[in-house]
Amino acid sequence: MSSQVAEDPVARRPASDIAKIPFFRLVRVELRKMYDTRAGMWLLIAIGVITFAAVTLYLFFADANLLTFNGFVGVTLTPQGFLLPVLGILVVTSEWSQRTGLVSFTLEPSRGRILAAKIAAVVVLGVVAVVLLLGVAALGNVLGASLQGGDGSWTFGAEGYRDTAILQLMGILGGLAFGMILLNSAAAIVASFVLPLAFGILFGLVTALDDAAPWIDLGTAQRPLFDHTMEGDEWLQLLVTSLWWIVIPLAVGAYRVLRSEVK
Amino acid sequence: MTPAIHDAGPMIVVEGLSKRYGAFTAVDRVSFTVEPGTVTGLLGPNGAGKSTTMRMMVGLTPPTTGASTILGVPYSQLNNPGRSVGVLLDASAQHSGRNGREVLKLGAIVMGLPDSRIDEMLTLVGLGEVEAKRRIGNYSLGMRQRLGIAHALLGDPKVLILDEPANGLDPAGIRWMRGLLRGFAERGGTVLLSSHLIHEIEVIADELVVIGRGKIVAQGSKKSMLTDAGTMVRSLDDDALAAALTDAGLTFSASN
Repeated sequence: MSSQVAEDPVARRPASDIAKIPFFRLVRVELRKMYDTRAGMWLLIAIGVITFAAVTLYLFFADANLLTFNGFVGVTLTPQGFLLPVLGILVVTSEWSQRTGLVSFTLEPSRGRILAAKIAAVVVLGVVAVVLLLGVAALGNVLGASLQGGDGSWTFGAEGYRDTAILQLMGILGGLAFGMILLNSAAAIVASFVLPLAFGILFGLVTALDDAAPWIDLGTAQRPLFDHTMEGDEWLQLLVTSLWWIVIPLAVGAYRVLRSEVK
Repeated sequence: MTPAIHDAGPMIVVEGLSKRYGAFTAVDRVSFTVEPGTVTGLLGPNGAGKSTTMRMMVGLTPPTTGASTILGVPYSQLNNPGRSVGVLLDASAQHSGRNGREVLKLGAIVMGLPDSRIDEMLTLVGLGEVEAKRRIGNYSLGMRQRLGIAHALLGDPKVLILDEPANGLDPAGIRWMRGLLRGFAERGGTVLLSSHLIHEIEVIADELVVIGRGKIVAQGSKKSMLTDAGTMVRSLDDDALAAALTDAGLTFSASN
């Protein structure tokens, strides 16, 4: 075993035969990095627990006529949505705060590929979170009808699935973007909670800004997603606010990651 | 347009690398080459620019001027570089909540290596099964160095670039590492390692590059450098110094 390590001549394999690292391996590693540390594991557990907790509370405390699949999904979106951005943030900031970037960016010098792998990994996790949410909500609806005499309606429609996926994916990608801009876990987590809140308060108080709100404030633009009533201009408003809150931060963050010195 | 990777000739070529941070020059026109089958020691006090030079060589720090190649190409153009170049820049730069074995597992996935390679490397650096499953936050610096060396060797590279690998190792550990690197070079491997202590590397290095305040102040084979009785001096007024030396009856030669 170790004798093989000790005796083989070093120069036996020509370096030019080596192939590029396939993209799926980079994604696999990024996914693994999210659960192989204590902090990462607990965050994933917390997302699972909060999803179950929201459904359980709704099951026992909501009025029977509100116990529908749509109701269960709606009540779970926000609590789960609190933690998904944190996941997105830690995917990138841990490379800086724990300095693992020193190894990651040495094994794959193309930082753009690593960023792409991180985005892919975060999307995979977002989809898993949505599937979990829908599964637990369905379970809640079945239990609601049998235990609580709930309505038990399954009316949801394609819009329901679409809006749920959009909301949670926007959350986790927004977190990633904040993480990439700030490259610091604490700062990014605080900013990703405080900034949307501050904007929400601003647009809530200043009525003169009512017309501008859906074009700037993420919360306002996302409201029809919760009600599954997206139509016409609201799509454009969602797109424009996503530009401010996700796309531009991602672009600036990518520029920063690609250019900065890794120490 | 993949550039040709070569397996003969100098393994590492550093040409005029400089790094300036505003008015501060961390690395000033550093040039050296490292031949296959040799161990080269980058020697200098803390803050001399050794780490910055190494970070520039592997693409983590963009150089202000100059360039470097490893195996004949810039590091950033190597495919799956961990399979050709083993790098250890800072043994403490690991997630404290991850265990040692897992760090090697992540490296093995990226490099496309079987799990058996992880066990081989853990055995090689003397990290037992129990230690490998402990979180790195609980590791001593010496254990982190062993893990870092295991990580650098994981991809069965031809070239090793190690920044202060002897830091935190006890005397037995330093002896062990010398043997390991000596054996690696004797099998045709190329090693560049840095240290701020001459006694850590004088036994193992064939070539020395001495660096101070970002500049190379001396380089050559260890034999010639350690047997040379002369002293290198710099002055503000070389002519006056030359006159004074001649007056004192001392022989000298000028260099730049």
